[in-house]
Amino acid sequence: MSKHTLYELKLPSLGEGIKSATVVEWLVKEGDMVQVDDDLLEIATDKATFNVPSEHKGQLKKIAVKAGEDIVIGGKLAIIEEA
Amino acid sequence: MTNYLCQFLDWGLISYQDAYQRQKELVDKVSRNDPQKLIVCEHPAVLTCGRTSKPGNLLVNEEILKSRGIEVLRVDRGGDITLHSPGQMVIYPIFDLNFYGRDLHVFLRKLEQVVIDLLSDFDIVAIRIPGKTGVWVGGKKIASIGIGVRKWVSFHGVGLNIDTELSLFSVMRPCGLDVEMTSLARIKATSIDKIKLVSRLKENFRREFNLTFG
Repeated sequence: MSKHTLYELKLPSLGEGIKSATVVEWLVKEGDMVQVDDDLLEIATDKATFNVPSEHKGQLKKIAVKAGEDIVIGGKLAIIEEA
Repeated sequence: MTNYLCQFLDWGLISYQDAYQRQKELVDKVSRNDPQKLIVCEHPAVLTCGRTSKPGNLLVNEEILKSRGIEVLRVDRGGDITLHSPGQMVIYPIFDLNFYGRDLHVFLRKLEQVVIDLLSDFDIVAIRIPGKTGVWVGGKKIASIGIGVRKWVSFHGVGLNIDTELSLFSVMRPCGLDVEMTSLARIKATSIDKIKLVSRLKENFRREFNLTFG
């Protein structure tokens, strides 16, 4: 059984009054190894796009929100297994 | 109040793609604490489709446009389709949003404010329309805004029509809206003093974003 810690990648706060955003595209796929600060996906709100970085080093285990779908601030985007 | 160092760069007439590459290099530098950059330039005629573009908003076949030397590019800014062409002042602020509250919408509103204040310096009353990012004069759109943010550093920016050939906009629904575009020269019915324009632009950016140019 894996003893590695699982982390949830959450949509960070993008500013006061912004309640949700739309996932534009994933820049990595399930199974990829990611580093701290790697851009993992691009999201859009109003006339702005934003790349969400990883806060952990590890393997992207599962993508929870697909391109084109909306997600609330603080919502789970993916699961990363710490390496 | 803290002032933030900013370099002003005038790239003149430059292709959209070259300006994009240069912006990305500067985003990297600013994210590593280089002074912020305020860039102005103009692009040869080009249509760009932002991340939330809908296919129906380009009203003319891409091949026909290409035969006239107008490319259609998919780009990583927010928003729908827009046109750049000579006579439009393109403004690219490569700013660190950590200085301005890490708020994407506040940043958009501040860019609108700079344009509103700039137009006021030319005795033009311009407004925002809630839910329709950009700057408007008498129901017509004069400035379009769409940004990208990477590591909390902004790129892309504002297209402000100075003496743009407005008929070119007829090939699309700008920003996916049924709107009429206007320009500073159209409103003033006179040629525009571009030296005054750039100097007022810098001054309004300085005030809105607490900048020190160096």
